[in-house]
Amino acid sequence: MKKTCLALASAVMLGAFATTPSSAETLKFAFQGTLNQVDPYSLNETFTLSSLGNVYEGLTRRNGELEIEPALAESWEVVEPNRWRFHLRKGVKFHNGNDFTAEDVVFSANRVRSEGSDLKTRIDPKTTVEVVDDYTVDFVLPGPNPILHYEWDTWYIMDKDWTEEHDAVSVTSASDTTPNYAALHANGTGPFKLESHEVGVKTTYTKNDDWWDTATHNLDTVEFTPIGSDATRVAALLSGELDLVYPIPVQDIKRVESNPDTSALTGPELRTIFLGMDQMRPELLYSDVKGKNPFQDVRVRKAVYQAIDIEGIVKKIMRNLAEPSALMISPFLYSRSDEFKRHPYDPDASKALLKEAGYEDGFSVGMDCPNDRYVNDEAICQAVASMLARVGIKVDLNAQPKAKYFAKVLASNGYDTSFYLLGWTPSSFDSWNVLANMLACRDEKGNGGAFNLGGYCNEKVDALMAEVLVENDPEKRDALIAEAFTIVHEEVGSIPLHQQGLAWGVSNKVDVVQRADNQFLFRFVTKN
Amino acid sequence: MLGFTIRRLLQAMIVMLVVALLSFTLFRFVGDPVNQMVGVDTSIADREALRERLGLNDPMPVQFWRFISNAVQLDFGTSYQFKQPVSDLFARRIPATLELSFMSAIFALAVGVPMGIYAGLNRESAISKLFLSLSLIGISLPTFFIGILLIFLFSVTLQWLPSFGRGDVVQIGSWWTTGLLTVSGLKALVLPSITLGLYQMTLIMRLIRAEMLEVIRTDYIKFARARGLPDRIVHFRHALKNTLVPVVTITGLQLGSIIAFATITETVFQWPGMGLMFLQAVQEVDIPIMAAYLMLTAFLFVAINFCVDILYFFIDPRLRVGR
Repeated sequence: MKKTCLALASAVMLGAFATTPSSAETLKFAFQGTLNQVDPYSLNETFTLSSLGNVYEGLTRRNGELEIEPALAESWEVVEPNRWRFHLRKGVKFHNGNDFTAEDVVFSANRVRSEGSDLKTRIDPKTTVEVVDDYTVDFVLPGPNPILHYEWDTWYIMDKDWTEEHDAVSVTSASDTTPNYAALHANGTGPFKLESHEVGVKTTYTKNDDWWDTATHNLDTVEFTPIGSDATRVAALLSGELDLVYPIPVQDIKRVESNPDTSALTGPELRTIFLGMDQMRPELLYSDVKGKNPFQDVRVRKAVYQAIDIEGIVKKIMRNLAEPSALMISPFLYSRSDEFKRHPYDPDASKALLKEAGYEDGFSVGMDCPNDRYVNDEAICQAVASMLARVGIKVDLNAQPKAKYFAKVLASNGYDTSFYLLGWTPSSFDSWNVLANMLACRDEKGNGGAFNLGGYCNEKVDALMAEVLVENDPEKRDALIAEAFTIVHEEVGSIPLHQQGLAWGVSNKVDVVQRADNQFLFRFVTKN
Repeated sequence: MLGFTIRRLLQAMIVMLVVALLSFTLFRFVGDPVNQMVGVDTSIADREALRERLGLNDPMPVQFWRFISNAVQLDFGTSYQFKQPVSDLFARRIPATLELSFMSAIFALAVGVPMGIYAGLNRESAISKLFLSLSLIGISLPTFFIGILLIFLFSVTLQWLPSFGRGDVVQIGSWWTTGLLTVSGLKALVLPSITLGLYQMTLIMRLIRAEMLEVIRTDYIKFARARGLPDRIVHFRHALKNTLVPVVTITGLQLGSIIAFATITETVFQWPGMGLMFLQAVQEVDIPIMAAYLMLTAFLFVAINFCVDILYFFIDPRLRVGR
């Protein structure tokens, strides 16, 4: 009797399990921006790459902790210092049924470096790609590169035949006048297929049943809607219409938390928010100090640094959704980060330094700040301005939309700024990117550290950077990076403020992995 | 008549040209489109090359001439952000905006007219005073605030109506989509229509009330009453008919502004119409979309005004006599 009961129960259980997949799970989510087009090489931007990362795959991928894993390549080895060999996964099919082979890798390597691609940095133009056999590819580099594959999780492999068949070999360039087939259709190997894509309205994905990997998600379809208005996005989550929305404004986190059916998922992001100072011009463009540039004096830079109460900013403006930072890179991305401590907040020391430098009565300086780019960017700038006022530095704040801000301060306009707030995420997840873009010497046109708007320059740092680039031994490499960062820290080449935080609003029905690079991948989602 | 029409047409064309020139001058102050089109790692040389290819380095008159000569052929170029022809993008967005605009116009009329009549006939009643104070809210509160208020009441708290989007739409013909044929589409229309139409509703209500008060005092109404006609006939056949002339004119003109100024409502409700696309384009400095939208709006107003002018010509005999 008992046995029959058990058998019955297990039959019922089995039945229950068997029926679970048939109840189609749909995930509905919203993001503040739109998915403009779906060509994987035409925009190097997190949301675009993250969306396409559900459809396409790279040779490598990153897991929830951002560690590199094999994806379309099963394994790889450095056979000679300049020759990397990738062994490709067999039996992988694109969504249209074509086989994935070495030809596709070569094709994708050429396309990603072609005219119009925005992801040219993924592979050096001097690198040659050699087919060894159908499932083995060699990359021959012009010089050693220990981080060759760091960015390859977002270098997506396209199907050669499909792309050629639809006449989409050339990348949809930003200036193209005719739409490209690949900009509106996608054919990858990933866990989801692009079902429909109505620009700026709705994008739907369906599960790829023939995916090579075991799916850990339980979704059948995913619907994406862009919702630009913060209030509407939060409301759509609270009303239960959507399962996940991001980002949510820091001031709404409490509201989302207090609703019984939703919670806020917060965590650190990889982006570092920092202040930069023009140290290149002999005289600042926006200041009452004439004939000299106060920011060329390390004491003034340190005085500015020590006048900023970062704890106050993090607590009051960021509502604790940020982490004070001593470095220009996230502690997740650099193993020796904890050796660095911020110069302490000390207005008296700051005043003393200013006095020593000959600015006892302070000075005035113009500050540029975006107001729609980073979390609470304008409020941070206002706080900095009032903190600096306390030590005698008068800040004239010019906060404007990102379109105007970047048009003013970047190379195209001759770095027209004296003091600015900027955020940076190293796309390679590596310190070299930070050194090369933010801290390397540059000329007036921007050759060198192109985004080093303030023009900080120390030849020692440049020399270390060159060594970092080719050093294959991880420990030695980290030591070189530490040396460079120490110099920048002591000289106050820039003023790191904090690591911005991520805030997603999630329905309690949904389990999701929040990656620190703000990529939202459906394969990490389960819904019940 | 012919001369009058030709003169009006010429004036309309000049207005369009001036709008084009003005909007073109404005674009220079919106920001740099190139930085919105590329990722952070894109080299300075590549950015410059892109700027050159887009023709942004050409002198202003050259760019303007290029724009005008393409625009007369209805070619507004390709969107910087979406890489699709702007005319296609607009064609896909127009149904959403038109549907929303007509629904809010219907809402404004269906609610505004009865409220106005009631308030006009029962001047002193408490309900009339309530209507009047409500109409003050409609006129004074900004649209986005009303929208958010409605969302929090009907979507978040009561969970009756959706807070964003168009719901399920049905495709009619090759390019028209409608939400009027599905339940979720109709539900989705309610809040945005009210938000967009509230201002017009209060306007119509106040207009009708004022006109009613005016008409009720006239002699022919007194005569009608003296003849012993029932109130219903006096009010609706005699009084209302005569109040409607200005209302029809105003409603027609307001329809243009409903379509043109749906931007805010569309943004609050993520309504996939032209206005939403325009506001997004402003943020990303997508000049082709901005230019096309401004030209379209200008055209709408010019066309409506042109029609009204021609209509006056038929309505008002004095205009004809003078020529």
